[in-house]
Amino acid sequence: MTAPPEVLPATGAGSLAWLLFAIPAVSALVLFLAGKRANAWGHVLGVASVLASFVLGVVIFVQTLGVAPDQRTTELSLYSWISSGTLDVDFGLRIDPLSLTFVLLITGVGSLIHIYSVGYMAPHAGAEPSSDSSRRRFFAQLNLFVAAMLVLVLGNNFVLLYLGWEGVGLASYLLIGFYQDRPSAATAAKKAFLMNRVGDVGLALAIFVLWLNLGTLQYTEVFARVGELSGGTILAITLLLLLGACGKSGQFPLQSWLPDAMEGPTPVSALIHAATMVTAGVYLIARTNPIYDLTPTGRVVVALIGVVTLLIGAVIGCAYDDIKKVLAYSTVSQIGYMILAVGLGPAGYALGIFHLLTHGFFKAGLFLGAGSVMHAMNDDVNMRNFGGLGRRMPITFVTFGCGYLALIGFPFLSGYFSKDAIIEAAFGQEGWQGWVYGLAATLAAGLTAFYMTRLMIMTFFGEERWRNLKAPDGEDYHPHESPPVMTGPMIVLAIGSVFAGFVLSAVGLNQWLAPSLGELQESPAGVLPHALVPWLVLACSALGVLVAYLVVGRRPTPVQRPEPVSFPVRAARRDLYANAFNETVIERPGIWLTRALVFLDNRGVDGLVNGLAAGLGGGSARLRRLQTGFVRSYALSMLGGSVFVVAALLAVRFA
Amino acid sequence: MNALAQVAPLTAPPIDYAAIAPLLVVLGGACVSVLFEAFLPRHQRWPAQVALSVLVVAVAGIALGVYAGSAPVAGIVTLASALTVDGPTLFLWGTLLVLGFGSLLLIADRSVEPGGAFIASAVERASVAAAPGTTTGPTGVDPEHVDRSYGAPGEAPTMQTEVFPFVLFALGGMMAFVAANDLLTMFVALEVLSLPLYLVCGLARRRRLLSQEAAVKYFLLGAFASAFFLYGLALLYGYAGSVKLVAIATAAVGTPKSDALLFGGLALLVVGLLFKGSVGPFHTWTPDVYQGAPTPITAFMAACTKVAAFGALLRVLHVAFGSTHWEWRGVMWVVAIASMAIGAVLGLTQTDLKRMIAYSSVAHAGFLLLGVMAITREGVSSTLFYLLAYGFTTLGVFGVISLVRTADGEATHLSQWAGLAKRSPILAGVMTFLLLGLAGIPLTSGFTAKFAVFSAALGDGMAPLVVIALVFSAVAAFFYLRVIVLMYFSETPEDGPTVTVPGAFTTVAVTLGVVVTLLLGVAPTLVLGWAGAGGLTG
Repeated sequence: MTAPPEVLPATGAGSLAWLLFAIPAVSALVLFLAGKRANAWGHVLGVASVLASFVLGVVIFVQTLGVAPDQRTTELSLYSWISSGTLDVDFGLRIDPLSLTFVLLITGVGSLIHIYSVGYMAPHAGAEPSSDSSRRRFFAQLNLFVAAMLVLVLGNNFVLLYLGWEGVGLASYLLIGFYQDRPSAATAAKKAFLMNRVGDVGLALAIFVLWLNLGTLQYTEVFARVGELSGGTILAITLLLLLGACGKSGQFPLQSWLPDAMEGPTPVSALIHAATMVTAGVYLIARTNPIYDLTPTGRVVVALIGVVTLLIGAVIGCAYDDIKKVLAYSTVSQIGYMILAVGLGPAGYALGIFHLLTHGFFKAGLFLGAGSVMHAMNDDVNMRNFGGLGRRMPITFVTFGCGYLALIGFPFLSGYFSKDAIIEAAFGQEGWQGWVYGLAATLAAGLTAFYMTRLMIMTFFGEERWRNLKAPDGEDYHPHESPPVMTGPMIVLAIGSVFAGFVLSAVGLNQWLAPSLGELQESPAGVLPHALVPWLVLACSALGVLVAYLVVGRRPTPVQRPEPVSFPVRAARRDLYANAFNETVIERPGIWLTRALVFLDNRGVDGLVNGLAAGLGGGSARLRRLQTGFVRSYALSMLGGSVFVVAALLAVRFA
Repeated sequence: MNALAQVAPLTAPPIDYAAIAPLLVVLGGACVSVLFEAFLPRHQRWPAQVALSVLVVAVAGIALGVYAGSAPVAGIVTLASALTVDGPTLFLWGTLLVLGFGSLLLIADRSVEPGGAFIASAVERASVAAAPGTTTGPTGVDPEHVDRSYGAPGEAPTMQTEVFPFVLFALGGMMAFVAANDLLTMFVALEVLSLPLYLVCGLARRRRLLSQEAAVKYFLLGAFASAFFLYGLALLYGYAGSVKLVAIATAAVGTPKSDALLFGGLALLVVGLLFKGSVGPFHTWTPDVYQGAPTPITAFMAACTKVAAFGALLRVLHVAFGSTHWEWRGVMWVVAIASMAIGAVLGLTQTDLKRMIAYSSVAHAGFLLLGVMAITREGVSSTLFYLLAYGFTTLGVFGVISLVRTADGEATHLSQWAGLAKRSPILAGVMTFLLLGLAGIPLTSGFTAKFAVFSAALGDGMAPLVVIALVFSAVAAFFYLRVIVLMYFSETPEDGPTVTVPGAFTTVAVTLGVVVTLLLGVAPTLVLGWAGAGGLTG
């Protein structure tokens, strides 16, 4: 292991790094507070602020490129948050290759998606005036998200990380529930929020444990001194961090919120729930790599979570008919690859980030393409109602096709470079790990090819099934190509999908990231020869495409979902019973707890009878009489509590 | 001569006037305030009382500042060892004074509710306001004249200015409560702070029945809790032969008497204190009283009573029972978990904003217990910090609540807050920030406070409890967020409430709440230093 690079104070453009997140934050604030006055120019401000951040990010990036690799890790101290004897936390920004990579991804893809949203969220002709307000609100929240995400990746300590972490969670919650008139959107937002909170508790606990043991939360000091801790403590920290990562990144067992999150507007799905926020878990593990380096057991757990998730995502993706949900499960699966990669330790950190970047391009492009299709198809998402759209919307078809080929790992497109590298590294592990990781990743690559081909065929090829159908809103379908403001970003992302993998590996992303993540260690021979792996993956993917063609492409697709179906399909359609599991294990007990507490609190013992009377009779006077009756039950519950406290104290003493 | 010599000469105990000057100023000011009430003509009372109250708090604050500058770090015991003035006492006094100042501003405001929020007319005269929907009350009084008939005809409605001496007495009682060095002083202080509070709860101008009902409930249950406290005191006296906290601590380590007295006494004493701090399951009064009491009084109770109750609990547990914490800690764990669970879970189902904040205060009481249970220096300082932070945030929240009104008074039903941000973005922004503070998001005081308390608890070996607390704070965040979503993303109801432009007093109070919530979030160093300046003396 190489010694951590020296941390220098930020200079030049680096000293303006705080503007990166301040600009979108101020823009969000202005849009929130300005109200209707900003309706006319709100979206312009929203786009401009992110573009400005992007330009500044590029300037800092170029400046950093100009210095020697061992001087690329800089910190910009903002101010001292707490400096009392025992606790010292400085707020500052860490500008290093890893955070800059994320800055460029967030602001770059973010700018494109902001531009796209101008068209996507534009009020339809004849829409009520409130949709102008809703577009402004949308941009305010999107800016808020970008600001929070930048804080997350730029912070130089765990407190700022946590601030960004909560901030992106808040923005994501708001944006999933953006279509407030849909109850399903509200439910999905709630679900996302709750499952994320489970992860947040893990992250918070990890931070507490670190602070308790090391008395500091600065990355530099934590990473320098984490070796002093006992193995058990380090393992606990890594597992708690992993729990946080699982919540935010939709990893097993907290994966089921992510597909539901597609209730939000499609640009949100592209930016937050595909390209950036959901990769925060990968960032977290990559950032804390000095801690993970110390615990092989912790890394095995990370890798196994990744393996389980990438399989789950790929299997369920085969069963859905909702175009956005298929892409969502594909995201779950692809993030599983990234988590697997960072779980491999020094042999995989950089590969995980590599795949994260290429995935950011092609998955954002795929979502924007899906949004374009929905735009054309009256916001319908059911692929069984599509078909033959390739001829109607050629730009969407071609750009979507590029993303598709990149995702399934078509040779020399983005996914080929990044995903194959992960699978190679997986096979490069020794013993059972190599076989389990490698075979699972290869199998999932085949499944990926299958479900994506199925999606392509059902959407863009075959019979034009929509001709004989009515849209959910009762209109006929009139598929048409989207306006240039939407296709422009799609074209840029498609170019990225095609070339990003080649370019990034040619310019040496791994060496660029080395100051943050350590040198990428080439895995030794492992269980399979390196030369064999690409052929195996290619064969598996080709098989997936072929099977999809035989099963879906050669027969007409029924508009109604076939029922009944075999058990595996049934299970996959029901998210492999993840929701049923959550309902039984978390939701029901939660509801029972609430009900029981409400009952005890409001009714007490004798309140039960009165409550029935009030329920039957109603009327405010009666309710007030009922409430005076409550004093007795209040006193009773106090007495109960007191008896408990006295009895328990005496019991503890004399037991 | 011999007979005279046998009687020991009565020497007055030495009193460190400088140390207890803040307390004396507040109590003395309260007495003057009563005289004002008796001798000033009605129309002069409001300005005189407001000026006096602000002056009293300011002078007490200056006296505190002057003394704190030169106070011995170890603290002193004075007034025949009835009061302890040490680091935590000074911090708590300061907290009480600034929070009391903020509450007094809210109380003094007459612009939001014409004539102020306080009145003491009979129920019948105001029953129209209490039962919205009916056009005339039982006595057939015209609703136009119901609430405003106090004062001379033709004049602007006036306010029940008795509220000022009441609040000053309560504030004095709270200050004595947190400084009490023996249980008897503590009990007297408890009553001094409680009795005025019972009264002012019933003074709401609007919804009089609800308000008076709250007052009666608070009184009945408060009396019940005081009885527990007193019985606990008696048992402890039986055990230690003294009511001094230090004597109890000494007796606990070296007396042959039965521990049943000690722990029975502790349990009953703590129940009395937990009641005041609205810790579950002794919280039952909280939602009703928070909802029924006039909102400025609710703010005062939520901020100051919490400070006083936890300040006293801190002193009792740390000074008198620090050495026996292994015995009582398990029980307090259960109480803390119950409080967090009740607050966080029941908060989710509330439809009234004031009740929701009441349950939030129950949950916060549970978090605070974590700090109290940590018998370390960090436990003390983090609890003190938490009290200050929570007090200001909740003060601001109630200040904002008092501004959103319909013709019937405050619009506290959640549905009435829907879409508020569209009409009043600044108010909604302020409320959002304060709610994020209550939820404990970084860069607000709530995060710093929770961070301090949880790490103190973790440092004293309470890791499982910290995990539970984190889970419940995650759950509790949900209902704060629900209000935010409601304000920004819901359609405005047809007959929505209006947002009153606040007068100077309320503006200052809310601004104070927001600024402190922000400052303690972004630059907490100074206050953390004050909170940790000295340990409890005993």
